[in-house]
Amino acid sequence: MNNKNQSDFRENLKNRHNIGKWFYFILLACLLLGLLMLTALIVDLAVEGHAWIRPELFTNYHSRKPEQAGMKSAIIGSLIVMVLTGLFSFPLGIGAAIYLEEYAKKNWLSNFINININNLAGVPSIVYGMLGLAVFGRMFGLFSSKSWLVKLLNLKVSEGTISGLQFNLFGISWLEIQLPFHKSLLAGALTMTLLILPVIIISSREAIRSVPYTIREAAFGLGATKWQVVSKQVVPIAMPGIITGIILSLSRAIGETAPLIIMGAFTYVPFLPKSIWDQFTVMPIQIYNWITLPQTEFRVNLAAAGILVFLVILLTFNAIAVLLRKKLEIKW
Amino acid sequence: MKKSSTFLGHSKKEINREKIISAILFLCGMFSVLITIGIIFSLFSETIGFFSRPEVSLLKFFTGTTWRPLASKISSDNFGVLSLITGTLLIAFISALISVPLGLGSAIFLSEFASERIRDIFKPVLEILAGIPSIVYGYFAISFITPIIRTVFENWFGVEVSFFNALSASIVLGIMIIPTVASISEDALRSVPRSLREAGYSLGATRFEVITKVVVPAALSGITAAFILAFSRAVGETMAVTIAAGSTPQMTLNPLKSVQTMTAFIVQVSFGDAPSGTINGQSIFAVGATLFVMTFVMNVISDLVMKKFREEYE
Amino acid sequence: MNDELSNSTIISAKNLSVSYGSQEAFHEISLDIPRNKIVAIIGPSGCGKSTLIRCFNRMNDLVPSAKVTGEVFYNGQNIYGPNVDAVHVRRQIGMVFQKPNPFPKSIYENISFGAKVNNYVGNMDELVEKSLKQAALWDEVKDDLNKSGLALSGGQQQRLCIARALATEPEVILMDEPASALDPIATLKIEELMQELKEQYTIIIVTHNMQQASRASDLTAFISLDRTRIDDRVGVLVEYDFTEKIFIKPAEKETEDYISGRFG
Repeated sequence: MNNKNQSDFRENLKNRHNIGKWFYFILLACLLLGLLMLTALIVDLAVEGHAWIRPELFTNYHSRKPEQAGMKSAIIGSLIVMVLTGLFSFPLGIGAAIYLEEYAKKNWLSNFINININNLAGVPSIVYGMLGLAVFGRMFGLFSSKSWLVKLLNLKVSEGTISGLQFNLFGISWLEIQLPFHKSLLAGALTMTLLILPVIIISSREAIRSVPYTIREAAFGLGATKWQVVSKQVVPIAMPGIITGIILSLSRAIGETAPLIIMGAFTYVPFLPKSIWDQFTVMPIQIYNWITLPQTEFRVNLAAAGILVFLVILLTFNAIAVLLRKKLEIKW
Repeated sequence: MKKSSTFLGHSKKEINREKIISAILFLCGMFSVLITIGIIFSLFSETIGFFSRPEVSLLKFFTGTTWRPLASKISSDNFGVLSLITGTLLIAFISALISVPLGLGSAIFLSEFASERIRDIFKPVLEILAGIPSIVYGYFAISFITPIIRTVFENWFGVEVSFFNALSASIVLGIMIIPTVASISEDALRSVPRSLREAGYSLGATRFEVITKVVVPAALSGITAAFILAFSRAVGETMAVTIAAGSTPQMTLNPLKSVQTMTAFIVQVSFGDAPSGTINGQSIFAVGATLFVMTFVMNVISDLVMKKFREEYE
Repeated sequence: MNDELSNSTIISAKNLSVSYGSQEAFHEISLDIPRNKIVAIIGPSGCGKSTLIRCFNRMNDLVPSAKVTGEVFYNGQNIYGPNVDAVHVRRQIGMVFQKPNPFPKSIYENISFGAKVNNYVGNMDELVEKSLKQAALWDEVKDDLNKSGLALSGGQQQRLCIARALATEPEVILMDEPASALDPIATLKIEELMQELKEQYTIIIVTHNMQQASRASDLTAFISLDRTRIDDRVGVLVEYDFTEKIFIKPAEKETEDYISGRFG
């Protein structure tokens, strides 16, 4: 090569390329470290917990003796909370997403709601627990004997462990209502609903947005009303994406511990809840309980076994979500 | 009178139904605002109740370093939240030392070096790491990380390490947050236009130089937003730190000691089932309000930085 | 092409072909670029003109699916040979792109970038000043070299990019439609600049603008679609000669048709 200016540019190519090689390996190491940690975690869990994955884990309640302890109430509790949360968050989430994507005009209000939802998605989950405690669990003390509401409406409230107002809706015996919700399944499900709602709204909006505009145009062109276009064309097409988003959010909800602890889920629940007003526990709380017990069988082995079962359930949900999305996806 | 066509159009009943549906959907949309109001109201009404107690002083809350709310003597000296904040920030900071370089490094690798095949293998790994609940990380901390820390520091360096320590929580938290940092940073890096990379190469720069002197600086505000967000997540994180770091609020910067974070304190009191209206029941709301404000401010800053980044490249 | 020029050939392409995957971009192009001249490459779009000049500084290496066959000799050495470092080549063969792409850094940092990574040991301030003067931008920015490169107008940004390429003291400058994103006045400035630069450098410019090619260049290469493989859209070298010859009395009918606007 003709290098008339070689004296001015000390290119130093060998060094520079060497640095590049080192750089590549350091970066690869960064990525592999994550993989390594994941592997260590799985191996650790499998080693400590595999022997304790027995039928008792699923058929027994928690007991003081490790050999007799199981997660029955926790597993059922998690599933019920998840179903209820899904029931509550599905209409609210889709409704909000439809409103924001199809109905709302682009003004300061919709912008504000946008920012608001994004902020809510970033609030730590423990704060939602405190929200649930105050709003659903205690209802701001509105139903205690000293509250202004009770005095105003002259309500008959009871004291004691289940304080507050109890009555039967329309006088039907099985439609009992308890105010405030205390530490019930209902309160727990409502708390989790608020937690995952922002994320559901965001993902549902994306699903709705991905429906091509031409579909709406065609439907409007045929003289359909807005709701007809939305409900009969847009939403059905967006539904796979919406459902995937909800299932993924629910699987995240199963894993949340802190909000339910704050809101009052119990760690020792030796029964299966029979109504939404009953106390409950969930898998992560049961696992947390075991981790904090002194005996090795609890904090090392049973905890690991419980986590393995828990992770399998979690993985199943995520797999269902991914499969659903692949199966029902329409490729434009 | 004969109807001119068989198409009846929309009846009054249908039009009314449209209006009702619109209204319902509007309420759904506004519901999220209600949630925010609920959070602010519930946190701050209890907090106000807490501070209006004679035993509690606002000044001492933010400047005092002793946090012993369960002490028999209820005095304002026992309600200094600084040790909780220090515990939270210490853990968040050390976890950032792990999540930031490893996350950014992973992002650079995936965005600049990896072929489609490699990305297809490693991106799911990151997603799995992100999907593992924090309680599992807590278990991992005390069953795997803490013994290693104790071996390293006590056997090799002869330094005492308490069983519950901030370092174990920080390490595990760092790993947990790597996917967040990696995914946001990777998006930022990929947004840097190809033309800038080409300019760098055409001037006789190696790949390392193009990445470190052109691409990363160009993506810097996006990457910064990722870091801030990661820090905010670490501050708000609960279960892993509660399990690994302990429940002893200490005003210390020594990560080998046991500390308590704001979130761990709230959990501790909730397990004790403090009835509402008591000073402990209200103290968790005061701490929760502090936590909320801290993470909210960080999230807002991160959003603003991200907005500025998007303006440059989109 | 007469012998007077062949002794001072700086770049010589021999049977050069490039394909992206299975799709060939251009086929077996051979041409010699003489020192200190301006060579224009014209032709309809999609014939591989940009791909061709990107072979000269091995920029096609950055595209994983690109496959280069043939040779490119720079000062007698094949830059696609086994032990040739592309980074080394690129310092000596600079490039200016179609859309100005200054780094989001200060003017000074833009210019000094190439020199810094190549460990320039001379006086950086002088290098920056010299490069900006050669690019006819010095007077306009000398008061504030710390200003961001992005704060300049489109035409100024492109001259900044030229100055940046000049700062690594290359021998050849490749220009890929450098004025197509600029207004006519800025375009004219670039063309004047090219005339000044050719005293020290060799310039190869791809352009769609035929007036520009006929005004500004010494030699012109016309690249068009291979008539025998129209469905594949492969480029071939149709004619390469002195610019006056190409534009006044071209040898090939196809060239004449393109020049007179009958196609393209």
